[in-house]
Amino acid sequence: MVLLIGGPWLPQWAMFIVTIAFAKGLVALGLMLLLRAGLVSFGQALYYCLGAYAAGALGRFFGVSDIFAQMLAGAAAAGVAAFILGFLLAKYRGIFFGLLSLALSMILYGLLVKNEALGSTDGFNILPSTLFGMRPGPGWVRYAVLASAGVVALLLALAVHRYLNTPLGRLAPAIKDNEIRVEYMGASARHAVHVMYVIAAVLAGVGGALAATTVGHIDPEMAFWTTSGEFIFITILAGTGSVVAPFAGALLYGVIHTTAYDLSPNTWQLSLGAALLLIIVFLPEGLWSLFAQRRWR
Amino acid sequence: MALILQAKNLNKAFGAVTAAKDVSAAIEQDSVVGLIGTNGAGKTTFINMITGYLKPDTGAIEYEGRDITRLPPRDITRLGICRSFQIPQLYSSLSVLDNMHIGLGIVLRNAGLGGYFARPGALVPGFGKPAEEVAEHLLARFGLADYRSRNAQVLPGGVRKLLDIALTMVAKPRVLLLDEPTSGVSAQEKFGIMQMVLDAVRAEGATVLFVEHDMEVVSRFAQRVLAFYDGRIIADAPPAVALQDPEVKRHVVGRARA
Repeated sequence: MVLLIGGPWLPQWAMFIVTIAFAKGLVALGLMLLLRAGLVSFGQALYYCLGAYAAGALGRFFGVSDIFAQMLAGAAAAGVAAFILGFLLAKYRGIFFGLLSLALSMILYGLLVKNEALGSTDGFNILPSTLFGMRPGPGWVRYAVLASAGVVALLLALAVHRYLNTPLGRLAPAIKDNEIRVEYMGASARHAVHVMYVIAAVLAGVGGALAATTVGHIDPEMAFWTTSGEFIFITILAGTGSVVAPFAGALLYGVIHTTAYDLSPNTWQLSLGAALLLIIVFLPEGLWSLFAQRRWR
Repeated sequence: MALILQAKNLNKAFGAVTAAKDVSAAIEQDSVVGLIGTNGAGKTTFINMITGYLKPDTGAIEYEGRDITRLPPRDITRLGICRSFQIPQLYSSLSVLDNMHIGLGIVLRNAGLGGYFARPGALVPGFGKPAEEVAEHLLARFGLADYRSRNAQVLPGGVRKLLDIALTMVAKPRVLLLDEPTSGVSAQEKFGIMQMVLDAVRAEGATVLFVEHDMEVVSRFAQRVLAFYDGRIIADAPPAVALQDPEVKRHVVGRARA
């Protein structure tokens, strides 16, 4: 709400950081769902990138630049891909799950780099977003995107919050704890992981589409493993305490990243690394443990 | 009485070790059957074959006239055959109540009530009550109500056993297999725990097979005894008869743990 009202007065660069935080927060939210089941995906950039390219393709090949259509396309592309790849990945746990997901995202990276129609390593630009057929004035595009991102992120976060109390949501920590027991209670851990994997991918796809339209440009780097690393960074930074945490984590990440880059363009990774180290040492439950109260746990 | 479960000529070998040799047994509905035998006699193998963890090399298992020999554990569970474990299999990082809710969630999902996304207030089949109430009902039945917000990891051994069994009850099993429900429980507590478990389980209407080493517990609670030795069933009779059988005396009772 604060953002919706105060948004127009934010400087453009701040709008950009906040919007990107929404986009990356959505990806981290999906990672958090997987993490609850004890699964770490080192390749969530796969779906982030797919979402971005789906949004981009919509404009490039069909001339559609509506931001909600873009997010929908991103979600659909990621969801379908995750549904197919899930048959393979849901069998694996631990490091095998992590590395296999990493490999898949690097395959997409390789494919995009080789694809001339999609701009190869340079990627391509995306038309300015429209909103239900309206074209906001030049000064308002950023805000329109920010507001749409905020609304969508809020709705998805609420949906995930409710999801945590569904049978599937409760099953995640059970799979992490004792998969044998899950099977002997009549549930299929593999099937449940498959569904969670698709949900996480859809969130990443929406995030990717948002990022694409915010930045106005997409390239294969979005599928590169360092991008996946960034998402894991955010997820660890945030902790799994609440559905708000990934967004807070993404925002903090954006601020640290931007500041570090401003202060010292050559060693910003060093500052990021130091920040992560401090979080792991002093807040092993993530940033959110600073705010968490007993009743939320 | 009607038969609910039938094992027909089960054989199972692990390399040179024979874990089941021509094991046949017909279990009547609503009976309480004790499985006895020394360690390695084939009791747990028998349970593992019925619940689908192990597939017999030859032979068949029928449940309510249906062949379940090759089904995976989760399908057998869904049909109504549940088990507890010698070493309790809990969700140890979660609270007792959360443990129950995971089980209830699975029941809701398998009943198709919105599947994985069933509403929290949906009625649990077999109980006709929402999950919250079923959880409280079962926790009270098993004397676990005071532990509801405790972490499963820090529960005393006997309580862990009870939770392990309570977890199986969420699915309203028709057949319940208890693998050493009183092992690791002090001698004084054994009878009390067994009485509570059987009362709770019988109230929900399940046929019970339990593995037990304490012959006093067996003779008090079992209506019928299956005595295992060397992968075979050497006696199948009411406890008063079975425990007096010379072969059982020689191979089982004489060597049973106190």
